[in-house]
Amino acid sequence: MELEKTYHKYDVIIVGAGLAGERAALAAASSNLKTAVITKVYPTRSHSGGAQGGISAAIGNVDPEDSLEAHMWDTVKGSDFLGDQDAIELFVEEAIKTIYEYEHMGVPFSRLPNGKIAQRPFGGHTYRRACYSADKTGHVLLHTLYEQCVKHQVSFYNEFLVLSLMLTDGQASGIVAWDLRNGGLHIFRTKAVLFATGGYGRAYKITSNALSNTGDGLATVLEAGLPVEDLEFVQFHPTGYYRQGILVTEGARGEGGHLLNGEGDRFMKKYAPERMELGPRDLVARSIWTEILEGRGIDGKDYVYLDLTHLGAEKIMERLPQIRDLAISFVGVDPIKDPIPIQPTAHYSMGGIPTNKRGEVIKDAQNTVVPGFYAAGEAACVSIHGANRLGTNSLQEASTFGRIAGNNMTEYARKADFLPVDEKAIKRAEDKVRRLLENDGKTHHYDYKKELQQTMYDKVWIFRNEKDLKEAASIVKGLEEDFMKNVKIDDKGMLFNLDLQEALEVHNLLTFSQIIIAGAINRKESRGAHYRTDYPKRDDKNWTKHTLAWRAEDGSIKFDYKPVVITKYQPTERKY
Amino acid sequence: MKKTLEIFRYNPEKDEKPYFKTYEVEVYEGMTLLDALNHIRWEQDGTLTYRRSCRSAICGSCAMKINGKTYLACKTQMMDIKSDHVKVEPLPGYEVIKDLVVDMDNFFDKLKRVKPYHITHTPPPEKERLQSPEDFHYINEAADCILCGACVSACPSAWADKEYLGPAALLKAYKFCADTRDEGADERLAIVNDRNGVWRCHYTANCMDACPKDIKITDFIARLRNMLVQDKL
Repeated sequence: MELEKTYHKYDVIIVGAGLAGERAALAAASSNLKTAVITKVYPTRSHSGGAQGGISAAIGNVDPEDSLEAHMWDTVKGSDFLGDQDAIELFVEEAIKTIYEYEHMGVPFSRLPNGKIAQRPFGGHTYRRACYSADKTGHVLLHTLYEQCVKHQVSFYNEFLVLSLMLTDGQASGIVAWDLRNGGLHIFRTKAVLFATGGYGRAYKITSNALSNTGDGLATVLEAGLPVEDLEFVQFHPTGYYRQGILVTEGARGEGGHLLNGEGDRFMKKYAPERMELGPRDLVARSIWTEILEGRGIDGKDYVYLDLTHLGAEKIMERLPQIRDLAISFVGVDPIKDPIPIQPTAHYSMGGIPTNKRGEVIKDAQNTVVPGFYAAGEAACVSIHGANRLGTNSLQEASTFGRIAGNNMTEYARKADFLPVDEKAIKRAEDKVRRLLENDGKTHHYDYKKELQQTMYDKVWIFRNEKDLKEAASIVKGLEEDFMKNVKIDDKGMLFNLDLQEALEVHNLLTFSQIIIAGAINRKESRGAHYRTDYPKRDDKNWTKHTLAWRAEDGSIKFDYKPVVITKYQPTERKY
Repeated sequence: MKKTLEIFRYNPEKDEKPYFKTYEVEVYEGMTLLDALNHIRWEQDGTLTYRRSCRSAICGSCAMKINGKTYLACKTQMMDIKSDHVKVEPLPGYEVIKDLVVDMDNFFDKLKRVKPYHITHTPPPEKERLQSPEDFHYINEAADCILCGACVSACPSAWADKEYLGPAALLKAYKFCADTRDEGADERLAIVNDRNGVWRCHYTANCMDACPKDIKITDFIARLRNMLVQDKL
């Protein structure tokens, strides 16, 4: 089978059109570089739009005593001391600039009576620091950035799927993508590439993530021989709608919502007596899961209640209208009258493509840069969030590091030249598609995904142990081996082949999930979102370090470790 | 409980003309129409094609016609559909690419025509521009739009006139014109002041009915018209 090939040339190529990708594109396009963004969906459909509660910055509009130091300390402590403090320091400073920049772009922020941007409390933040737009903050930021990209004439390739990264003599030289709508391979030659491909929550059965969040960037990077960082750190958001796992913003607790167990008890008083429901997410998710495991879920089942009824109709309608609408639509509950059934849900990927604080991708524990290759947002691991991200720091990270990486990429691309294409990457991409279109297997790709997601939910969830993790490793390895031989797709056509797309995504999930599991087996401690019942304590002596993992062509995994950058704050016990 | 889904199918690569195919799905509490479509794709027929992403009514991918009414598949509970027979068709008014996937390029191109971005001429202050909570409210509802295309699909003026900007683009224009911080209203009003602009709207309010975010689109188009009339006075 011959696949049609189309060639393109752009100064810079960005993969992914969420906040990080669009902000980077804006940096390049407003400097008059020929800029293209390729996205699996339409830009305004990216999952940054799913973020609800807010975007952090210590602008002190509500709590004037807030400061950069306080934001930095909260983030370092929230990260369970795995965040790199030099990057966090830069982050909290630049965050303020990001908020005013957004406001000047026309983002409709909720306001205080004095006309300034309103700020609400959020878990793990000492002060009211979350700037917001009702409960659709990510949505308005995403649409505003898209509007700016339209203004600056960014070229969008919508419904294109990244297949491989081209590296020529160790430098980024482009990408190969699949045109979902028409079929066919597209080879994008470029001077610099930025990956903003989002998170990997779809490895799990219960997740707040979009169906699109399949970590394609991670798998692509691994296949190109580059490492990924800290994948074992998966954030479980305390409040997903029961069964669907769709997000209920932490802003609901920020506005005063209570968590209640089957006995009607505000159980967070046992686990975080000071912060209560506004403890950090890892702690609150573990507390909920403990209640459920010990039989104190609602009617002994696997959910608890998020109670907003005492907030009153007016506050709910004003601050949380979308949450109310979705609760009615998805769980048949009107939160003005009744508590919402919720369960923890796989939410955010702390790990990702390793970068330095300039957004440059690095390839080893010595921080050696891959020239011309950048990453930002949830796809990247700078690492701001370390072992556990604070709510509202992700919209901020995607925006701020989208800009920083975009600016540095622009500077680089101005001086760089186009390189010859990477024929191996083109062949790798072609093989992926052809194997699926030509294979006459017997097992539909969904069967692999279903078993993967169940395994990750059963064995690589909130509480982990060596036995479960080793079983999971063996199951997922087996799934991938079988997938390569026996996978089947029903649709063999060129036109908008969703079946092919999903099969490619399933392989991506299988690829990086093995690294989540292997990283979790190796890390014999409990830190942030990674909790080992067989090693329940944080081990600062041996494990204050980042995991780097490579995947060989035969699927074997190689590890190395990189020290955490500690500048101001030595690790201490973490209490809330 | 079982429900029957009668789904529009058309793959121009191999089908001479569109047809309907029937599938049976076991419905459970909490199952959305999107879950049902996924179930069919994953367990029965992997060739069924549609757009989807967030599952939470915010990305705007999965607008389609469900028993004659336009809605989001992800926000439609199977139990809430009164009939046991569910007819699923692509969004009307757009060209079909395949099955339930329609061509949205024209929809997005029209948005671009109304200068859909914040315009200012005075330099920004060091911090934020101030805006009262009331003035924020004035644009907040319009900012709910997820660009799903349902409104355009439901609009008789858009069916009749392919050049009509349509409700989504006009709503976008309104959002900026009504923003107390924006200084580009004159430029934008000049664009929508056209027989293919605000004057093509006949206030049938179909767009409001179709909008999955319950935005009062027709009212906002009326406000745009008022801005034009006041301009002339």
